[in-house]
Amino acid sequence: MVAAATLGAARAALAHRMIRVDITRKAYGRTPVLGRIAFEIRRGETVAILGPSGIGKSTLLRLIAGIDSKFDGHIERPDKMAIVFQEPTLLLWRSVLQNLTLVHPDLSEHAALAMLDKVGIAGKAEMFPGQLSLGQQRRLALARAFAGDPAFLIMDEPFVSLDPKTAEGMLALTEALIAEVRPATLFVTHARSEAERLHARILELRGTPAALAPRLVTGKERP
Amino acid sequence: MTGKALVTAFSLIGLLGLWIVAATLTADATILPTPLALVGPFLQELQSGELLFHLGQTLLRVVWAFVLAMGIGLALGLLMGRFPAVDRWLDPWLVVFLNLPALVLIVLCYLWIGLNETAAILAVTLNKVPNVTTMIREGARSFDPNLDAMAKVYRMPASTRLRHVLLPQLAPFIAAAARSGIAVIWKIVLVVEFLGRSSGIGFKIHLYFQLFDVRMVLIYALSFIIVMLVVEWSLLQPWERRVRRWRTA
Ligand SMILES: Nc1ncnc2c1ncn2[C@@H]1O[C@H](COP(=O)(O)OP(=O)(O)O)[C@@H](O)[C@H]1O
Ligand SMILES: [Mg+2]
Repeated sequence: MVAAATLGAARAALAHRMIRVDITRKAYGRTPVLGRIAFEIRRGETVAILGPSGIGKSTLLRLIAGIDSKFDGHIERPDKMAIVFQEPTLLLWRSVLQNLTLVHPDLSEHAALAMLDKVGIAGKAEMFPGQLSLGQQRRLALARAFAGDPAFLIMDEPFVSLDPKTAEGMLALTEALIAEVRPATLFVTHARSEAERLHARILELRGTPAALAPRLVTGKERP
Repeated sequence: MTGKALVTAFSLIGLLGLWIVAATLTADATILPTPLALVGPFLQELQSGELLFHLGQTLLRVVWAFVLAMGIGLALGLLMGRFPAVDRWLDPWLVVFLNLPALVLIVLCYLWIGLNETAAILAVTLNKVPNVTTMIREGARSFDPNLDAMAKVYRMPASTRLRHVLLPQLAPFIAAAARSGIAVIWKIVLVVEFLGRSSGIGFKIHLYFQLFDVRMVLIYALSFIIVMLVVEWSLLQPWERRVRRWRTA
């Protein structure tokens, strides 16, 4: 109960905090990739970034996640973040359970097992990730992301290269977990339908260097 | 599995057979004694404690040099693999040391430091560090950048990152370095002992070389080869199997 109360307080403090992105320029060597890109994400809001392959979506996510700090501009982000890559990016040499508990030291074994159950891979806790199917590995990556109760979730094309049925399962699972944990979410996708499914505000990247395309917001998209 | 072990056994028996044939053809026990002729003196050396003492001395030096070379090589290799600036500065040194003949390093260590234990172990260590560094650097260069990014975003503490993210990725490189490390180190230790120590297998080989006692040279050399094979089978290989478990599971 005490833990829940402190968590609530921390959340309340964060409630007004937003993710603020204000990038003026990002280049690899002398090749500019990103131009002026500025937007904000409110707590609990989901934002989707759309754009053709090679335009700079992953580059943008890496800046926002704090993985790459070589750029001109300013980004404000909360401490508690989670990321889901296109590849599962797991610790293949540690057990499925340890993939949660090593990344989140505060997570009890009980809570970790509950999380595995929630994403549908209960009973695989003692296996190595390599013994899971690709779909199950991505469920584990999703479990890892939500297990830390993140304030900000970043996903880079989390549903590509899955067969339609598996992709639909992942999408439904992500939707349910977002509804439960309610982080601010930023994700990259090819498919507009995925963005609409997660009730995302859509931002489109265009041009070289890439910038946000001006567009009208339809009533359906407004949160 | 057993088939492979059987082949190994027959192959070794074949080698023994070749030795017996060669010894019979030579027909001179002072040049090449038969394996059977070694058993008596071997037991005698074992009983007097002489063999075990010198084996222990050599083994101790091997362990020291191995631990030092692996430790220093691991740290240097990680640094050079992770930080290109450090790599640019240290790489020329690495090339120089890689190309320095073992004998030169040994003689210089003895000349500069003196005929003592420190010089002996330092000489062996310096001979092996560049190799370990090169292999570990290769491993550190092949780290998965996405795992790095993951660890950073989730703010994994540095110690957890080292133990559970970086070192497991390095494990095959560490194993390869350890394997070739042991193999090279014990041979260099014998040379170091031969040139400037008054204990150890290398010292005994030097002694019996001067007496032209082929029998005793073979006894000491073979004893140590057997010890090193036991180390390989009972320590190195099981450890390697353990860290590889996740690949085969
Ligand atoms: N580390 C890098 N060094 C140099 N160029 C890069 C690097 N990463 C990406 N790029 C280039 O930046 C552009 C944008 O890449 P990326 O962000 O991966 O695009 P997207 O995710 O939208 O497909 C591409 O032209 C790519 O070749
Ligand atoms: Mg991309």
